Formats: sequence, C-alpha cells, structure tokens
Amino acid sequence: MTELDATTREALAELLLAVADDEFVIGFWDSEWTGIAPMLEEDVATSSIAQDEIGHARALYELLAEVTDDDADRIAYGRDPEAYRHAALLNHRRGDWAFSVARRYLYETADAVRLEALARSSHERLAQLTGKMRREETYHLLHAEAWLRRLADGPADVRERLADAIRRLWADAQQLFAPLDGEGVLVTAGILPQPMATLHAAWTARVRAAVEPIAGKLPDAAPSADGRTTRTDDFRWLHGEFTMVAGGVEAATW
Amino acid sequence: MVTPVDHDLRERRIWDELARIADPEIPAISLVDLGVIGSVVVDEERARIEILPTFVGCPAVDVMRSEVSDRIGALGVADRVEVEITFQPPWTSERITAAGRERLRLSGFAPPHVGPTIPDEAAGLDELAVLPIAECPYCGSRNTTLDNPFGPTLCRAIYHCADCRQPFEQFKRV
Repeated sequence: MTELDATTREALAELLLAVADDEFVIGFWDSEWTGIAPMLEEDVATSSIAQDEIGHARALYELLAEVTDDDADRIAYGRDPEAYRHAALLNHRRGDWAFSVARRYLYETADAVRLEALARSSHERLAQLTGKMRREETYHLLHAEAWLRRLADGPADVRERLADAIRRLWADAQQLFAPLDGEGVLVTAGILPQPMATLHAAWTARVRAAVEPIAGKLPDAAPSADGRTTRTDDFRWLHGEFTMVAGGVEAATW
Repeated sequence: MVTPVDHDLRERRIWDELARIADPEIPAISLVDLGVIGSVVVDEERARIEILPTFVGCPAVDVMRSEVSDRIGALGVADRVEVEITFQPPWTSERITAAGRERLRLSGFAPPHVGPTIPDEAAGLDELAVLPIAECPYCGSRNTTLDNPFGPTLCRAIYHCADCRQPFEQFKRV
C-alpha cells in the first residue's frame, strides 16, 4: 500500500480507534458476566465472546499503533476515560440479562454491517483483519439473535424487560454510526467503502423490522456528532476496573 | 553461496521441525497439521515463517510465535529467524490436513464439519456457523446435539452424544 498522507492517516486513526474502542469496551462489559450468567453454558459463551472482542480490539490497536507510531498497550490502557471513542451505546453498565441481550443484539447487527463494509476496504491490512473478524463475529450475531428470540418469546415480564431495554438503548445505539471528522477523506480513498450515514440506513432498516414487534414503534433517531465523545460515570467505573493492573504494575503488557 | 539443493534442504528441515511442534492448546496436533503455517521462505541469511491465527484473539499465538522462533533458530539453518503473524490468507478450518483431522478425532475432538467452500458473502457466512449435528469422536454416532457453540477456547464448541452419552468438543468451522 502506498504511503498515506498526513490527513488520510489521521482519518484512518480516528476510524480504527472508534472500532477498536467499541470492541474493547463491549468485551469488558461482557466479561462482567463471567461466573454469574443465567446458566453455565452462558457463562462459557459470554466469556468466550468477551475474549473474542478484546482480541479484536488488540489487533486493531496494534494496527493503529503502526499507523500513528504509538504503542498498543498505551492506547488500550494509558488514556483518560474522556479520550475513549466508543459509541454511547457502550456507556451503560451491564444491567440485567435482558438489558445485556438487547445491547448485544443492537451491537452485533451494527458490527456486522460495519465489518461487511470494512472487509472491502482499499486499505489492505484493514480489509484482511476485518475479513477474518467477520467470520468469527458470525457466531456472535447468531448467538445474539437466538437470545433476542428466546426472551421475546418468554413470559410477559421477560418480554417487557427486553422491550424496555430496547427502548432505553435505541437512541444511543444509533451512535455506532456517528459521523467521523475525517470520513470524507476515508470514503474518497476507499478506506471506508461507504459513508456512515449509508451504513446507518442499512442497519436501521434491518433492526427496526426485528425489534419493533417486541418494543413497539421506535422514534426516528439519527447519529449525532457527539455520539462517540460523551462519557458517563458507568464507563469511568469500568475504566477504573480495566486499567487497574496496567496502572498498578508498571511493566504489565498484554 | 546457497545452491538450490542447499536451499531446498534447509526449507525441508524447517517444515519437518514445524511438523514436530505441538499446538499449545491441543498438543495432539502439530502446527503444520492444524494449517496455521502460512508460508516458509528461506534466503541467504534468514528464514521467514508466517503464522495464520485460527482466531484473531487466540491467546496461544504468542506461545506459537516464540516456540517457532526458538525451535527453528536452534536448527541452525539460518542466521536469522523471522516469525510473522498475518491474516492473509485467513485461516479457515479447511486448512486442517487429513492427518490432522484424524489426530483430532483420536484425542476426542470432532474435526470441523467439511462443507462446500465458504463463499465470502454474508449469506454464506451465516451458514458456516453452528451446525446442529457433529459426529461423535468416541462412537461415530451422528445422534448428537449442540450444547453450546462456545467452548473452553475460542475455537471449540461443545456437543453431547445421545448414543454413548459422552460430551465432546468440536473444532469450530470458521
């Protein structure tokens, strides 16, 4: 691949950081279920999915570190909470099981749309990595869909908890497609094959059809410019948890 | 100066040694039979080996990397050994050799389901995951059920055999 100019490099770094932080933070929220999921099989599944997501984040941080001449460990663990760029969907603590299932469904469907696009990126390394990630994420998506159906077909109180979680998360889920500052440059270069707005439209059409029968008519909602920059106390708490070792043991690495 | 014969011999010795390095998570199978060795290139002063991780987040990759580096370094066939991790081509379960599939079965793992080549289309990807039936590695029965598409490592799923009443694992198809 030819050498990127400074503007393109900066835009690519912004994209990589957004996707990596999404994977990293949802991986850590999922790991909060290890040992206390509703059943043993789910303990194993949630832990395995969390390990996948954090592994994806690591590979993306390593690619980012090459692009920006930085260090993957520093990017992952050496930032203040305000410097993370995950979508607002991932600002909430794990909540109950229905809440986690609703969030995971909204996340996995969006991630599938995003990875399908990135696997066609003109940036060879990014296309290779996301192409490989997609094969693994297929298992996550099927798992999320199975749980959504299972809770939706459950007793009335279960279905209502799920519906309530979907309604609460709906606006924040849009932010997975929040516009990036350097998006125009990335689309022109084919690094991001389609604008976030196009990906958002594809995702919305698919997801509304699946969740509105459960949660009722959902309001019109669009990604906003601050969709990846607002942080919460829930996230600040998680950040304290996942940086505890790196912050306390100077020589700690992945 | 390296003659073509020397070159082929050195390359052969590297492949032979790689075939003796066990997978860190399933020691019954070698890295070569698992299909994670992408390429071996030897030139005047270095040997370059590409490893294709089974899963992006596989925690065994760092162990594989240092094991390959140490063992090939100890062969003395090159002044320098370079081990690279790459996703091109992506590792898929079709890369496991016939011998490797048999080794998996003998150690209680159902080898991954073999199907038509997986197309890189969204529809094709959905089909690859979570097959309801796997052949029991203990009794050969197909009267089995999927307990959990996620198992003790990223690459394994858990099944149960209704005939010999054994739980068993299958190496996932990706």
